[in-house]
Amino acid sequence: MDLERFHQTFFEESFEGLERMETELLALEAAGEGAGAVDPETINTIFRAAHSIKGGAGTFGFKEVADFTHHVETLLDEMRAGRRPVTAEAVGLLLRCVDCLREMLASQQAGERPDTAQAESLRQALEALRGNAAQEAPSAVAPQAEAPAGGWRIRFRPLPHLLQTGNDPVRMFRALAELGELTVRCDEAALPAFGELDPEVCYLAWELELRGQVPRREVEEVFEWVEGDCELAIEPLGGRGEAAPETDAAPAGDATEAPALGQPRERTQSAPAGVSAQRRPRAQAGSIRVSIDKIDALINTVGELVITQSILGQIGRELEGVLGPQLEKLRNGLAQLERNTRELQEGIMGIRMLPISFAFSRFPRLVHDLGRQLGKQVRLEISGEQTELDKTVMEHIGDPLVHLVRNALDHGIEPPEEREAAGKDPVGTLRLSACHRGGNILIEVRDDGRGLDRERILAKARERGLVAPDAQLSDAEVYDLIFQPGFSTAAEVTDVSGRGVGMDVVRKNIREVGGTVEVASEPGRGSAFTIRLPLTLAIVDGQLVRVGSQIYVIPLVSIVESLQMQAGQVNVVAGRGEVYKLRDQYLPVVRLYEQFGIEAEHTELAGGMLVVVEGEGRRFGLLVDELLGQQQVVIKSLEANFRRVEGVSGATILGDGTVALILDVGGLHPAARQQAAA
Amino acid sequence: MSETAQALEAGPGGPEAAAGTRQYLTFLLAGEEYGVDILRVKEIRGWERTTPIPGTPGHVKGVINLRGTIVPIIDLRERLGMPAVEYGPTTVVIVLCVGGADGRERVMGVVVDAVSEVYDLPEEAMRPPPEFGAEVRVDFVRALATVGEKMVIVLDIDRMLGMEALGAGAGTG
Repeated sequence: MDLERFHQTFFEESFEGLERMETELLALEAAGEGAGAVDPETINTIFRAAHSIKGGAGTFGFKEVADFTHHVETLLDEMRAGRRPVTAEAVGLLLRCVDCLREMLASQQAGERPDTAQAESLRQALEALRGNAAQEAPSAVAPQAEAPAGGWRIRFRPLPHLLQTGNDPVRMFRALAELGELTVRCDEAALPAFGELDPEVCYLAWELELRGQVPRREVEEVFEWVEGDCELAIEPLGGRGEAAPETDAAPAGDATEAPALGQPRERTQSAPAGVSAQRRPRAQAGSIRVSIDKIDALINTVGELVITQSILGQIGRELEGVLGPQLEKLRNGLAQLERNTRELQEGIMGIRMLPISFAFSRFPRLVHDLGRQLGKQVRLEISGEQTELDKTVMEHIGDPLVHLVRNALDHGIEPPEEREAAGKDPVGTLRLSACHRGGNILIEVRDDGRGLDRERILAKARERGLVAPDAQLSDAEVYDLIFQPGFSTAAEVTDVSGRGVGMDVVRKNIREVGGTVEVASEPGRGSAFTIRLPLTLAIVDGQLVRVGSQIYVIPLVSIVESLQMQAGQVNVVAGRGEVYKLRDQYLPVVRLYEQFGIEAEHTELAGGMLVVVEGEGRRFGLLVDELLGQQQVVIKSLEANFRRVEGVSGATILGDGTVALILDVGGLHPAARQQAAA
Repeated sequence: MSETAQALEAGPGGPEAAAGTRQYLTFLLAGEEYGVDILRVKEIRGWERTTPIPGTPGHVKGVINLRGTIVPIIDLRERLGMPAVEYGPTTVVIVLCVGGADGRERVMGVVVDAVSEVYDLPEEAMRPPPEFGAEVRVDFVRALATVGEKMVIVLDIDRMLGMEALGAGAGTG
């Protein structure tokens, strides 16, 4: 059987499992520090995640991963059985094991052999820990209690779909044969005539006899992966039908007994001769796993549909006047088509939306580790983690967010002594929050640390020649300098940040997905980075403008207002820089036709149409010939077949089938263009 | 992707490839016949108005909508440094699959004077281009092939168009 196609699922599930383990381990630690009771379900969750990884790794032949996980699982098992206290030491070790497993799985996924050196040293640490435990708690349950002398009779009747789940009975029987002497009898009564046989359906059933002293648990473990996919009965050989199930649950007892730490809840399935199908209901009926390619293909198709629909709509409007009584029908049909298309598009976009908790979930761990490493006490507050955004956008902000959080911890939040001296809570606060605003998502990384050092940034910028020595800059302008390439004020390069490749990359990554990042700061009170991102990369609400014969799309989110320029308000600075006085502000004016090298109708500023836009914290005006309609446009990549073009973020297809470019407002500002050219 | 293109893509590596013979689509530019590997040709279409892209050299005519994909169109005359001509009824756009220097495949269209023939050309018919010195650009020419009495200039389209994606070839055309 071709296992390849299951590998991807295994890796995805395993990485999710590791994340779950990590979250729960941190919860354990938090509970431990608060000297509160440990929720046994927490340990169970961790155990189950580890167990799934072990099982999957075993099935797919990732022996190193399976072996190592086995050791982790053993420790967890002891914990949940209450034979092993949950100490900070143990949790720390388990966290390191999670990291190690993640690396091992990553190399397996890349088709490489995992590095076992780290696993080996961790394994020894686990053994050492358990060695201590054995002395501390010598009351370990004697395993013989679960193993009747004769062996087991196993009746195994798979449901027809067993083979499709990637399970192979032969593999399971081989595992059993390793436990003891195995005899297998196959029941082929259900086998149909050859002509009707579906090779992917399992028609067979088996009766197995396993002789030898084998604990029931080990037998059950073999079948663990087919629970719910088969009828299974395990009975002791030699007529001790009732005795075994009781011994099975030996350490568990009744759930109502005063539970020790980590009392197992899961193993209460000691139904005699049990049909285990009820044991773990197939709970995931609520969701399915779909490859992102399939969804993207759908989104593309729907994008085409939207364009086709708008082409039809346009033809419909052109036909008004030509058509007589038929017109009403056509109009209704088109309206219906538009509505359905819109709904279909929104529905499909919704599939790609994920809560931002996927991106936030790594931070508790990161902050925990970094705080220790830097000797800082940090409280992490996360809010709005249910805010949804497009998966692709999420992938792009992961790294920038990590960078901002690292920076906040490294440079922002002060060491406890310094905080106390400044009269602040020795424990710093780092807040991660997300919310929807308009068609955007706002993500904020806020710390209550020392804030940005205006003078130091300015000094550095002057030293680098980024600003003129006598330039008068506002606070916002000074803070914005940290996003310049190669800019870092860190006095010394630390392991965590300060290599000067950072904030410019953050801004670049965020710009790539059409977002912006801004910083606000108050000395001694902390700083806040605000990331504004589009909810999706696939569509944008746009304002269509005309310059000469060309039509461009300006994303609505970047537009502040549009106006016709008054003659008296136009000024020229130093003979070149044109500004327009809007209320109390002087806005630089960018002549779009000049920048794009095309012909325009209006070359006079006075009386011309000015679209006031804002990007990258800069506000300026774009001179265009005419404002056309506003519409939602499907974003198409220029880079897919060409390359990135300064001042253009993509293209779209208009109702008449022609291409219009979507403007990247941030890249059109004169200063931005200068930087790009440099 | 068009059906033609799929049919074309299904065809390579067959018996003719084993014999070292490939099919080439040829087209005319200023009276000379140029050839490209037919497996790279996705489709041939008439000239249509493009949307110009700011900040690109003159030979980049702009982009078109090819069934929902944005495809750049490059004037091959101007790319090769020949004088531009007005587009007429025989002017066609050959849509090609180009392997870029960054390892990605791109779809681009080239404007040529007219489409000519499809030839089977064996590898032995290929001659390396002679050197002309700096005045004549031959770095895009993979070989000169002889077909009967005629000469066909076989182009290396990856080299010629792959650079467009990097923006490097911009000023040199």
